[in-house]
Amino acid sequence: MQERLIERAKELLAEGTVVRVLGWKRGDLGYDPEPAYFNSPEELEDFVYDGFCGANLSKYMIQAGKLEGNTLVFLKPCDTYSFNQLIKEHRVNREKTYIIGVGCKGTLDIDKVKSAGIKGIERVSCQGDVLKIQTIYGEKEFPFQEALLERCTVCKGKTHQIYDELIGAEEGEEAGPLGNRFEMVEKLEAMSPEERFAFWQKELSKCIRCNACRNVCPACSCLKCVFDSNQFDSAQKANADTFEEQMFHIIRAFHVAGRCTDCGECSRVCPQGIPLHLLNRKFIKDINEFYGEYQAGEDTESRAPLTNFTFEDVEPGIVSERGGRH
Amino acid sequence: MYQIAKNRLPELFAAIAGREDLFLPINKSGQANFGLWSEEAQVDLDTLKTVKSGKDCFFPQSETLYSCKKEEGKLSIDPARLTEEPFVVFGMRACDVQGLKVLDNVFLKDPVDSFYAARREHGTVVALACHEPEETCFCKVFGIDAANPGADVAAWMIGETLFWRPLTEKGEALTGMVKDLLSDGEDRAVEEEKAQIRAIIEKLPYSHLNLSRFQPENTMDLFDDPRWEEMYQPCLACGTCTFVCPTCQCYDIKDFNTGEGVQRYRCWDSCMYSDFTMMAHGNMRTSQMQRFRQRFMHKLVYYPANNEGMYSCVGCGRCVSKCPASLNIVKVIKKLGGEA
Repeated sequence: MQERLIERAKELLAEGTVVRVLGWKRGDLGYDPEPAYFNSPEELEDFVYDGFCGANLSKYMIQAGKLEGNTLVFLKPCDTYSFNQLIKEHRVNREKTYIIGVGCKGTLDIDKVKSAGIKGIERVSCQGDVLKIQTIYGEKEFPFQEALLERCTVCKGKTHQIYDELIGAEEGEEAGPLGNRFEMVEKLEAMSPEERFAFWQKELSKCIRCNACRNVCPACSCLKCVFDSNQFDSAQKANADTFEEQMFHIIRAFHVAGRCTDCGECSRVCPQGIPLHLLNRKFIKDINEFYGEYQAGEDTESRAPLTNFTFEDVEPGIVSERGGRH
Repeated sequence: MYQIAKNRLPELFAAIAGREDLFLPINKSGQANFGLWSEEAQVDLDTLKTVKSGKDCFFPQSETLYSCKKEEGKLSIDPARLTEEPFVVFGMRACDVQGLKVLDNVFLKDPVDSFYAARREHGTVVALACHEPEETCFCKVFGIDAANPGADVAAWMIGETLFWRPLTEKGEALTGMVKDLLSDGEDRAVEEEKAQIRAIIEKLPYSHLNLSRFQPENTMDLFDDPRWEEMYQPCLACGTCTFVCPTCQCYDIKDFNTGEGVQRYRCWDSCMYSDFTMMAHGNMRTSQMQRFRQRFMHKLVYYPANNEGMYSCVGCGRCVSKCPASLNIVKVIKKLGGEA
């Protein structure tokens, strides 16, 4: 499929439909492609599309939309939800964007491979259901399914929500049976408040305040974040106490509630492996229960449950009805 | 040379911790970082690289410098206490130890950073050789020998045995403290291990990067290189690379309002952040390209120009494995320095 994408990108550049291409550029180690702009057919020689192209390119389109000329962007099915949501929030310029929806078999987490003891990785290739891994200690194999990022084990579907054309969209259709994405949220809900607090304290105390979760998040598109302001006490480079450690993440989850498409980038990039997506999924689960099934980014027009009012809306008393615990 | 069986390490740790604070890699919710030893702590010596480097033990991510309090119209200032008790850091790697030397050049030169100096004075470092270096490692490029870490004590984990060699007075003192648990060890096993480690390092993909262009005389050429504009593009402007780095030393000083007074603290800062160079007159680095360039120019050009050629990258590779956009110093070295 990579070759088809390169070929099509070259055509679109040549005919002047777009002046640049936003995609993924080959890295050194077989699992480290970086998001990149390609401005010429020659530069596209370094274009790569494989399981390690997990980076969601939607947010880069905020900047790309401000550049001169149109941009071709490759979006995986789940990336298209983020792009739609950004359209709804008037953050990207649809007119200046040419979207090729690319098929996706699921994206991979190299840390899962490494934690199985596979070291010295030089190259990784996918052959059917198996990853062939060339290491300095010889060739190793690892099951594709077991290397999937958590988000891909609960994939929200292989259908692109927005695109100008599709390439390889049929390839992802063979995805295996999927898990229940709310399973861990349900487990947390079933815990006592003390157990739940202990769980989050243990996880969130690992946070190093690098802000990678925020900066990668397509829903966090404020030009200046309140946590970066030096005008308020909210500027947080250090935690004054254990409460503050948790506050940043909880506030961020509140801020993206109803807008988070569950793209899972926050957990993918966290250097400390904090399962941040669980905070967002709790909100998604509650929204589904209170206002009916809702998927942010499914469309660009509708009013979202949290920014709409109907007489059927749940009353605030729901908190006490649920025992004031959840 | 001494040795101790791996299964007796808990005794060793308990013996050290009975006398001094002991910091070592501890696994918490799946991630290894340096932390204070306790009986319940899940010690993790198998993970080659902790997420953060152990720099925290000498230069914590956040520390209070002094507190002010106003009582009955009088202002009292209470300076934070300097570290006075000895402590031990077990399990740093050769790259991390070199990272401390990079920090020494900054914090121990006039004006001396008394907080850092006190920790350096009282800290004893036991460094572990890297049994199986990984593809992200490139310490060799900076002349570091992961097979033979130079600290107060050098240690090698070989199979079911930990080998232990004191190298300094502090290392001898620590060895004396736990001598009951140690027995005499053969040099031969360690020499074989060293040879094996060095052979692996030779084969690592980044072991032969070419640094020759990163010289003070090329400063302006490198600074003005048009390729920075292209390289910085995927950068998310997060601080991951700076916070996992064993040599990043920049900090911010801020006040925390306790309601009754002020705690003045310092905390790690990141040159990737937009307000990093914010001063009364304004901000002289207004674009992410400038911030991105600064980080690598500092590591590869400015710092060595001011420190007799010592680079302020130690090739630990943490930024290589942790950058959310897979950018890193290796890509910069290859692009601007030419392929090896």
